[in-house]
Amino acid sequence: MSVELTIGPIAYHWPTARKRDFYARIADEAPVATVYLGEVICSKRSPFFDADLPGVIERLQRGGKRVVLSTLAEVVLPRERHATLQLCSQDDFEVEINNVSGLAARGNRPHRIGPFLNATNEATISWMAGQGASHVCLPHELPAPSLAVAAGAARELGITTELQVFGRAPLAVSARCYHARAHGRHKDNCQFVCEDDTDGMPLVTVAGEAFLRVNGIQTQSESYVCLAAELADIVSMGVSALRLMPQDVDMVGVAQVFPALLDGGLDVDAATGRLEGLCSGIRFSNGFFHKVPGRHYVPVHAGDRVLQ
Amino acid sequence: MIRPDLICPAGTPAALRTAVDAGADAVYCGFRNATNARNFPGLNFTREELGISIAYAHERGAKVLLTLNTYPPAGKVDLWQEAADTAVALGIDALIVADMGVAHYVAARHPDVRLHLSVQAAASNPESIRYYCDHFGVKRVVLPRILTVAEIKPIAEAIPCEIETFIFGNHGLMVEGRCSLTNYVTGQSTNLDGVCSPASDVDYRKEPGGAVASCLSGSVIDRFGADEMAGYPTICKGRYTAPHRPDGYYAFEEPVSLNLARMLPDLIHAGVHAFKIEGRQRSKSYVRSVVSAFRTAIDEVMAGRPPNIADLVSLTEGQKQTQGAFESKKWR
Repeated sequence: MSVELTIGPIAYHWPTARKRDFYARIADEAPVATVYLGEVICSKRSPFFDADLPGVIERLQRGGKRVVLSTLAEVVLPRERHATLQLCSQDDFEVEINNVSGLAARGNRPHRIGPFLNATNEATISWMAGQGASHVCLPHELPAPSLAVAAGAARELGITTELQVFGRAPLAVSARCYHARAHGRHKDNCQFVCEDDTDGMPLVTVAGEAFLRVNGIQTQSESYVCLAAELADIVSMGVSALRLMPQDVDMVGVAQVFPALLDGGLDVDAATGRLEGLCSGIRFSNGFFHKVPGRHYVPVHAGDRVLQ
Repeated sequence: MIRPDLICPAGTPAALRTAVDAGADAVYCGFRNATNARNFPGLNFTREELGISIAYAHERGAKVLLTLNTYPPAGKVDLWQEAADTAVALGIDALIVADMGVAHYVAARHPDVRLHLSVQAAASNPESIRYYCDHFGVKRVVLPRILTVAEIKPIAEAIPCEIETFIFGNHGLMVEGRCSLTNYVTGQSTNLDGVCSPASDVDYRKEPGGAVASCLSGSVIDRFGADEMAGYPTICKGRYTAPHRPDGYYAFEEPVSLNLARMLPDLIHAGVHAFKIEGRQRSKSYVRSVVSAFRTAIDEVMAGRPPNIADLVSLTEGQKQTQGAFESKKWR
């Protein structure tokens, strides 16, 4: 069966020019089929990129990429409700919904289920498919046996599934901005301090252990999830889209590793080695998949299969 | 004016009886497994205990609500469905759910049973709440602890169901049902297993000089001086360093507890139908004092008299209190 790579929405408040350059390179050089665009974390950031969005969309489409627009994960304020309603009411682009208010706005017109909607099981996926969902991004914390059941159930329903295989795990969101808090501010007068941390603000335990990353209202893993060694298992489960989350590394280089791994051009050890080279100083983790602490890295070697 | 229900926690049958005797209008509790968000050792109810407890409450005019509010991982949905069936057979007054698959199952299989939307569903806007009302017949939403009172009123006016708000107890920081911090650190999931900072992974380490490190799965979540009481290592209540905070700070929240005693009249005027006290993991004596104090306070407010704030404030003596997000957007 066919498998495609996707680029998830940028979680960080990268400067506009940088985002533009990032997507230009993705459009021209990255072997990915689908790119998710849009601000998922903080509605205050959205205006910075609105003017550039049409150009970026056009650039990506000229590069042969499918563009999907992602909605906010947390929707409380009137402007957030309005933005979600707008995105879910349009029919020019596919939409990935990350908040239930988007489902309400979308009705039973086709849509994608984002990773923040907790499609953790076959009963929920079946319900969502019945309401028009065509594609489900499975939650990052599901262990392998549950991923297999969920992906299998989706296939039987005639819809496709996706899983994040690279990048920091989106561990939590809050109404409070922890970036602002670290600078003695609150969300309304944040002065966009999150822009300075292009790969998240590190939180270190008082014993000196690198622990978590703060990205505005979001808390992320310190380690990058890397499911290179698990890729064959994930594909055999029937997951048909593999999501790479943009980090502050050479993402084109990262994206190039995965097709080589899928078609046998690189074995697991070589692919992992290449990724480690591209992400120097970063620890990898795959624990959620193996039902151990998410931050752990369980060594998996060529020939090991998680599912029998 | 609505007379709000007082909704009280019970981790054990004894706590349930205590809460009912102290004046709870309803008590919420869960089964001894992953189907609820306080899946702690020694806590929660067997089928038999729930049956006896429901009878006890009903004889005294109180209701019993089942917390069925975690997200089933694929392949284990049966456990949640069986829990719903069992509770319904025992005469439960409402099921508190978060997962859409579970909500759909209950709505289809037990259409006459009241559904409440758990705080674990994190429905924080009218459109989301209406989605659950329209599709699953939800009769009440438990609001996330992130809204100001000023924001609750328009929500109450825009939705076709009742509102329940937390007024006292532990103060959750993250969007409920979407937090995998504990799973990242310990391998047990809050959303899927009902586990948050499990006691089995906690240890307190004596350090040179008398300091105590409060640890979760080997990671130091906070450190306390010899003269301080060491706090429990909950990840979102820990102290960390960041590039601009080299000395260590509470990155998410100070270790405070929610107390909305002063805001009861405002919340009633905002249209809140039920006040919820957190703490299924708490002792019987805690349940007794907190429930009695809030019973009296609500009755005073309903009689048009000011509640005795001092009694309510003293409930958290020795611990810092907050009105959290309810007072002002500056909390955010």
